[in-house]
Amino acid sequence: MSAAKGGPMLRARGVTRKFGGLVAVNNVDFEIPRGSISAIIGPNGAGKTTFFNVIAGIYAPTEGTIELDGKPLISPPTGAGREPILLVLPTIPFIALAIYFLMAVGGDTGLVEGVASVAVALLGFVGALLLNIVRPDWYNRLIKRIGVTRPARPNDMVVAGLARTFQNIRLYKSLTTLENILVGMHVHLHAGLLGALFKTRQVREEEAAAEQRARELLAFVDLAGMENELAANLPYGKQRLLEIARAIASRPKLLLLDEPAAGMNPKETEEMTALIRRIRDELGITVLLIEHDMRVVMGISDYITVLDHGEKIAEGLPKAIRTNPKVIEAYLGRGAAAGH
Amino acid sequence: MSRIVDAVNAPFAPVRAYFRKHRSLGIFVGVVLLSVALPLLTRVPPFDGIQSTNAWVNAFTTAAIYAMLAMGLNVVIGFAGLLDLGYAAFFALGGYTYALAASPFSGIHLPFWPMLLAGGIVGAIFGVLLGAPTLRLRGDYLAIVTLGFGEIVPITLMNADKFTDGVNGIGGIDKPNIPGILQFTLINPWPMYGLVVVLFTLIMIMIYRLEDSRLGRTWDAIREDELAAESSGVNTVIAKLQAFAVGASIAGIVGVVNAAKITIVTPDQFRFAVSISALAAVVLGGMGNTIGVATGAFIIYLFQSILLKQLNTLVENFNIPILNQIDFLEFQYVLYGIVLVLMMLKRPQGIFPARRRMREFAPLKIGKGGLK
Repeated sequence: MSAAKGGPMLRARGVTRKFGGLVAVNNVDFEIPRGSISAIIGPNGAGKTTFFNVIAGIYAPTEGTIELDGKPLISPPTGAGREPILLVLPTIPFIALAIYFLMAVGGDTGLVEGVASVAVALLGFVGALLLNIVRPDWYNRLIKRIGVTRPARPNDMVVAGLARTFQNIRLYKSLTTLENILVGMHVHLHAGLLGALFKTRQVREEEAAAEQRARELLAFVDLAGMENELAANLPYGKQRLLEIARAIASRPKLLLLDEPAAGMNPKETEEMTALIRRIRDELGITVLLIEHDMRVVMGISDYITVLDHGEKIAEGLPKAIRTNPKVIEAYLGRGAAAGH
Repeated sequence: MSRIVDAVNAPFAPVRAYFRKHRSLGIFVGVVLLSVALPLLTRVPPFDGIQSTNAWVNAFTTAAIYAMLAMGLNVVIGFAGLLDLGYAAFFALGGYTYALAASPFSGIHLPFWPMLLAGGIVGAIFGVLLGAPTLRLRGDYLAIVTLGFGEIVPITLMNADKFTDGVNGIGGIDKPNIPGILQFTLINPWPMYGLVVVLFTLIMIMIYRLEDSRLGRTWDAIREDELAAESSGVNTVIAKLQAFAVGASIAGIVGVVNAAKITIVTPDQFRFAVSISALAAVVLGGMGNTIGVATGAFIIYLFQSILLKQLNTLVENFNIPILNQIDFLEFQYVLYGIVLVLMMLKRPQGIFPARRRMREFAPLKIGKGGLK
């Protein structure tokens, strides 16, 4: 298990996220120990989901950085205005040449050269665009050279080893459960356009192996035998399980669960708790969850962080959080905390 | 009723299972059978009375060209869920690519076969060029931008008369030939028919393979839920660009074939009507179902070019007052409108719905365990 290695799985430093004048998350420092199950709790509107979305790469932070497994991943974007340099600047000499041909030489003689120059300029632009599409990592390295850093997008975070589920289940409804999992495995499959067209042996073997693994994952979350069921036709509790299976299909190091037990009956909640434990114990995935159901949170979390009004007010073991006066105040008001 | 259907289907079950496993072969056999059956069919009444077999074959060729166009558009609309209303622009770019490379107007005479590939590449490049800045738009906004692009291209072709001869278009485009074996001519429709059949088969096989691949799943995921797709690690920008590029390159290839078939390209051939007829075919056939879409295009094309024409002759022959003043061919736009509205109202999944959409629209069936 990866717990042997040192350092926390995720480390957030001074993360702030503002929406206009509203500070949703304010200067939060946060660590998730390797191999733990951690939870973020807090009253409604405490900034839990915003913080979660910053970690998942959906929002760029206004300030602060986040490291996953020791690698800095998320930081506020800088120098975005400089990106056009790469796209436009190389083409300018050609455009100048084109204008020269069209104006100075004039008439019919310069026309062909002028058009040719514009075409070359256009090709340069297309080349840069194509690089962005075909080899995004090369492109990103190139723009980093000229001082542009981009915020990580959700798909970059998946490649780095982070997967998530959503508060309101977001499955691919008209795909079967098996196909849902296969989409989840996307980053570990390599078939490209040509591979798909010619169905090379490599691609066929990859697909077969992926399907095999997808079946195993479905069995892991107790959905075996439902491979060809449409995701939309599954009952609510099973949809949640499928979403978790899709998330772990990308073989993450860290799994973010947004209210995994929301809307479940006590029996389903119990099964969910057991599943989260199994994900950590059997697959060695570190888990971070947001949850409202205190029985769930207190039952499975190793560490709990409490947010209120966008700020971290407490963190520690469940036992300590339960009796922390600040936490009680945040949930129940000042009077309740004093009476305690 | 369904028992009768089952009984009829039963003997074909092993055949079907075989072709489900070897689908590319199935497509090949199917298209070949159809391409032999269609000309034979025109020899029997009532079809032989309408026009000569050669004219029929010519019509089938054009219909197949439209069908390929619709299949390409289906990749963009049906698979990736991006509404593209300017698809004719890529068709035009393919056509003009070949026209400039092989006509007396430009003075260059490159052979036809490599130009097929060139048309595809030109289409793909312009697809990426259009897609890169616009694909962050969604739904209606993307539709409007592509609509604009679809208008810009023919207008540019019309105004750049130094390079395209403006409204006159480029005529006298070279016909394809296989040196020493076969020379395509305007009089003999059969070689072109054969070429289109081969191309049709290849494109259909390609599209089916893409649909079943990792890329096809990615498109499905984006269509269903873009944010979730991103969170599954899909680079949605690139996947959407790939859909656009595949669709556009098919249009480019088909544009080359079309230019070689009718030997003239003018900006007027590529107006909005072409985009909308391809869209009508996609909606009629069933979004996301490649065979359905191709059939839809066939139906629409034959309906407008044969039936409406026949209606004209019929009314003229009987000399019905008022009606004989009307040119029914002008009514094809009404036809598209009626098709789109009726389909949306009565059967939004299309005549031949895709497997997925069929289930999506089907009434919920209660499974073994009953509803929870």
